[in-house]
Amino acid sequence: MKRRLLAIGLAVVCTLAFAAVPKQTAHAEEQNYSYIYDWWGDVQYCPNPYYVSKTLTYKDFGLDTNFKNPESIYIKGEDLYICDTGNNRILQFRKGRGYDFTLVREIDSVKGTSPSDLSAPADVAVADNGDIFIADRGNQRILKVDKDLNHLLTFVKPVDNTLDPELTYQPSKIVIDSAERVYASAIGINKGLIKYENDGIFSGFIGATPVAYDFGVYLRKKFATKEQLEQMLAFVPTEYSNVYMDEDGFIYAVSDKVQDEDLDAGKGDAVRKLNMLGSDILVRNGEYPVYGDLYWGNAGGIAGASSFVDVTVLDNEVYFCLDKKRCRLFAYDNQGRLVYVFGGNGNMDGFFRQPVSVEHMGKDLLVLDNMDNAVTVFTNTEFGSLVFKAMEDFDKGRYERSQEAWEKVMALDGNYTLAYIGVGRALLRQERYKEAMEYFELKYDDENYSKAFQQYRKEWINDNIGIIIAVLLVLFLVPMGIGKYKKIKWEIATADIFREDLNK
Amino acid sequence: MFEALRKKETYSRFWKSFKFGFYCMTHPLDGFWDLTHEKRGTYAAANAILILTIFVRIIRLKYTSFMFIQVYWEELNIFLYIAGVLFPLALWVIGNWACTTLFDGKGRLGQVYMGTCYALLPYPVIQIPLMLISNVVTLEEGQFYGVLVVISLVYCGLLIIAAMGQIHEFSAGKNLLFIVVSLVAVLIMIFILMIFFSMIAQGVAYFISLGREVLFRM
Repeated sequence: MKRRLLAIGLAVVCTLAFAAVPKQTAHAEEQNYSYIYDWWGDVQYCPNPYYVSKTLTYKDFGLDTNFKNPESIYIKGEDLYICDTGNNRILQFRKGRGYDFTLVREIDSVKGTSPSDLSAPADVAVADNGDIFIADRGNQRILKVDKDLNHLLTFVKPVDNTLDPELTYQPSKIVIDSAERVYASAIGINKGLIKYENDGIFSGFIGATPVAYDFGVYLRKKFATKEQLEQMLAFVPTEYSNVYMDEDGFIYAVSDKVQDEDLDAGKGDAVRKLNMLGSDILVRNGEYPVYGDLYWGNAGGIAGASSFVDVTVLDNEVYFCLDKKRCRLFAYDNQGRLVYVFGGNGNMDGFFRQPVSVEHMGKDLLVLDNMDNAVTVFTNTEFGSLVFKAMEDFDKGRYERSQEAWEKVMALDGNYTLAYIGVGRALLRQERYKEAMEYFELKYDDENYSKAFQQYRKEWINDNIGIIIAVLLVLFLVPMGIGKYKKIKWEIATADIFREDLNK
Repeated sequence: MFEALRKKETYSRFWKSFKFGFYCMTHPLDGFWDLTHEKRGTYAAANAILILTIFVRIIRLKYTSFMFIQVYWEELNIFLYIAGVLFPLALWVIGNWACTTLFDGKGRLGQVYMGTCYALLPYPVIQIPLMLISNVVTLEEGQFYGVLVVISLVYCGLLIIAAMGQIHEFSAGKNLLFIVVSLVAVLIMIFILMIFFSMIAQGVAYFISLGREVLFRM
């Protein structure tokens, strides 16, 4: 009997061991791909939020000639525009089932203006009524054409006396708002975004770094020599590498020109969310600044802060920043907390060599790599879609559903910080403060913990008010009573009538 | 020795000298003078205060609300953490005694130790209530936390300065001078210890390799 038990036990152990081995190896292969930073800033690997559902090269798009240094992709509805900059053309595709794109047209010239041929078009934007805006970089202009490519307007170099007259105007990225005002970023112009009204007139720069008053700098300027003054930068220059207009008309702008020291000191931002006035309204409630990787040390010849070249914003306000340096995608939520990081430098599917542009179709991401000349399509995995579902449910006020989704996320990844905070926030809204506190404490979320604790304390005091008053009364009354008793005793003892010497 | 533990006076004397620590906290000059000159302090009480300080320093990591102290438990070495108090204390006591004894300092080594330990009392006295209160306040209400932590440390520092002046019977100026001199002595000792340990390590490595060589040849 004993021997038989042993045999069964061995068999069970062996099966378990075999079952465990392939899982571990499968995990090891993907281990370095997706991660988050925990409260301590340590890298915690997480399941992949996206998988590569397709990689599209020029053949998959049905083209005869390969792309040449494509710089940007743009998505409007079901249409995908690729700026094939090196071939001086813009390609418009329409999405079919399962990302089978068919060529709609090839835009290489416009009607009614000269020169009519495009030269190095760097970016494109399409208005709701079909008007197309083209950053025609080689011809130093931004074009507005109607849907049949008839010329409507030309936006030229801004007339501004702070601009160097020698500077060649090279608009590289454009966005348009609902009123068809154009916001452009141009190479060599570091005063922010160039804003044109819808009649084509330049109306100013927006989104420059505000000049902060610094007494130290003021003192140094007082005593500095002329040469020293020249060395000191007057302001932190702002040259946005890319812009994105979200659903609500806010401009997300990323920059890869910010110095590492400025990023570190908080003087410059890698990502900004600009409102109509050009002030930065990006929420930064995360534990770490919105600037990508936390560790900038040299690894494999790559050093320094992440340099963002593009940004795209999903409908649920999660935005993805594309890092050119380490070829990673950083997802942040509307609170500025890091959701996850994935991607990397390499030749495999899901890795990039020189990513330049990211766009989204629904929740799928399209990334353009201008060295591979390929567009990679990313689709949510179960983990990724659960994370989004949990966030969306929370934002819509369906707290219990959000909690369920976060708990499923937690089952997939027990290290995932946002899941704990998400469950905690959902519990907080359901007025289950004690449980919420436990979740917040696990992930060191002191602000939410504080909120939950405040409510919990209020509740606790309400429930135990009788006991509290009783304890307070005892604490005050007993010493008071004792004092009174002693006083009376003393008064009696020293009262005149009892003093023998007086009675005599 | 164990006979003394059975006597009641031992405990009453210990308790009396321990309570005297609170008098030193509130009346530093008078208290620290009496501590050694009137023999109001005992080593037992000094050790107790030191142990209490170390104990509070450890448990505050666990029982202070995570809003104020976050501990990376994976990296925490409790022995190093205890040594973080004992090692500077030992260096300070030896350094201070060594310097003052050359310049008319009246305090003996043991008295310097006792005075320093008694001067640590504000740390547990402030930190224990602080630790408890930290668990019943919110983040906004807890703004005072950092200030009180600093106060507890500065209080200890001021008491140490007062204690040294009284124990050595120094004037205020001379006392401050010798505080600085003692700190320099501490730095020098750290330097010498570092050299010493690296030399020892090299010496040991030499004999180990010698031993290996012999074993290989045999």
